[in-house]
Amino acid sequence: MASDELFVSGHRGCAGCGMATAVRMILQEAGPNTIVANATGCLEVMTTGYPETSWKVPWIHAAFENAGAVASGVDVALKKLGKRDGVNILAFAGDGGTFDIGFQALSGMLERGHNITYVVFDNEAYMNTGIQRCSSTPPYASTTTSPAGKVIPGKQGRKKPIANIVAAHDIAYTATATIAYHGDLKKKVRKALEVNREGKGPAFIHVFSPCPTGWRYPSEMTVELSRMAVETGIFVLWEQEGSDPRNRKISCPPKEKRKPVEEYFKLQGRFRHLLKMPDIIEQIQKEVDEKCENLMQ
Amino acid sequence: MDKITLGAVNTEPGSSLNYKTGSWRTMKPVLTPENCIFCNMCWQYCPDSAIEPADPKEKKPIVIDYDYCKGCGICVQECLANKNVNLKDALAMVPEEK
Ligand SMILES: Cc1ncc(C[n+]2csc(CCOP(=O)(O)OP(=O)(O)O)c2C)c(N)n1
Ligand code: SF4
Ligand code: SF4
Ligand SMILES: [Mg+2]
Repeated sequence: MASDELFVSGHRGCAGCGMATAVRMILQEAGPNTIVANATGCLEVMTTGYPETSWKVPWIHAAFENAGAVASGVDVALKKLGKRDGVNILAFAGDGGTFDIGFQALSGMLERGHNITYVVFDNEAYMNTGIQRCSSTPPYASTTTSPAGKVIPGKQGRKKPIANIVAAHDIAYTATATIAYHGDLKKKVRKALEVNREGKGPAFIHVFSPCPTGWRYPSEMTVELSRMAVETGIFVLWEQEGSDPRNRKISCPPKEKRKPVEEYFKLQGRFRHLLKMPDIIEQIQKEVDEKCENLMQ
Repeated sequence: MDKITLGAVNTEPGSSLNYKTGSWRTMKPVLTPENCIFCNMCWQYCPDSAIEPADPKEKKPIVIDYDYCKGCGICVQECLANKNVNLKDALAMVPEEK
């Protein structure tokens, strides 16, 4: 461990947890003058088994649904105490705690204009409680509540475009990131915190976080899957200042460099059933290609 | 700690270091120090903060902390020496003994 590590060893995250790597990177950038409000989910459960903690920054546990509200409270309380200057406030939550149940608290935090950076660690299901489907779960992923079988080929419905919805709140900074591109992720954290420091209001980062347990892949592939999600165009890296999508800076691989989505699917147990369903793979490939072409226009 | 603190407040930052996760391992990453190119990708990607970073200036290779390493294999997968066909592998996974 580096001597200045703010997220230490001994946490109970599964071997190869992508979210743990993401948290380390974020705290490396944010530094010690940081307060974290953390929604219930894997991250909270794995790092704070009483009486221990893996955090070396002040950390407060929020409920499943209110990381945005708790972080807002921290902001207001510090202001009242005259201690707000020079402090980064981060709200951390899973996809369930953000796309689904925590959305209202998040939307309120954005609308009130708190100088907070909200980070969603998207592992595409409710992992802590046993891999239930979420509005973040991608189409056709098999979860315990959208099991692929005779009735359905995995999740029916789409993935909620959370970062677009957040950006539409007209906040100062919205970005997507993932661990394979660690320089990009850290740069985005820096920008988000800068926006907060300048008093321009909230920032939001959607961090794509592979999960070996829930996605059913060998643990050493976590970073490779994070990379492949980008190389296939399934997860698109972008950042945007304000609500105008014309200001969006997108890095999406051009058609000739884009990897086939099948390469990403075949590494993961949650998509294994698709390998016998070429029509569905073809349809997803078409949708991903269309999405990328539209984005790059 | 024999009494539960009010609000379950914890005043010992980083106290999960008391809990050694190294016993979880079934496979173990092993470094060949002379092949380490000090890229620190393993340190950057390790989910368990179980790698002491290399110092390129001092030509000091990384050190794996087996007290905490869970044996996920990410460091071996992402090692830039391993990825470069012209270089000798610096990290390899071997079965855990015992
Ligand atoms: C109101 C409420 N409903 C349900 C739960 C149980 N619960 C705890 S964590 C969790 C899922 C968390 O999913 P997510 O936010 O995606 O985080 P992950 O564990 O995947 O990192 C659920 C359903 C709860 N704590 N509170
Ligand atoms: S279930 Fe997934 S997100 Fe949760 S600790 Fe394990 S690897 Fe991490
Ligand atoms: S095997 Fe995993 S836990 Fe162990 S040092 Fe490598 S990356 Fe870290
Ligand atoms: Mg989740």
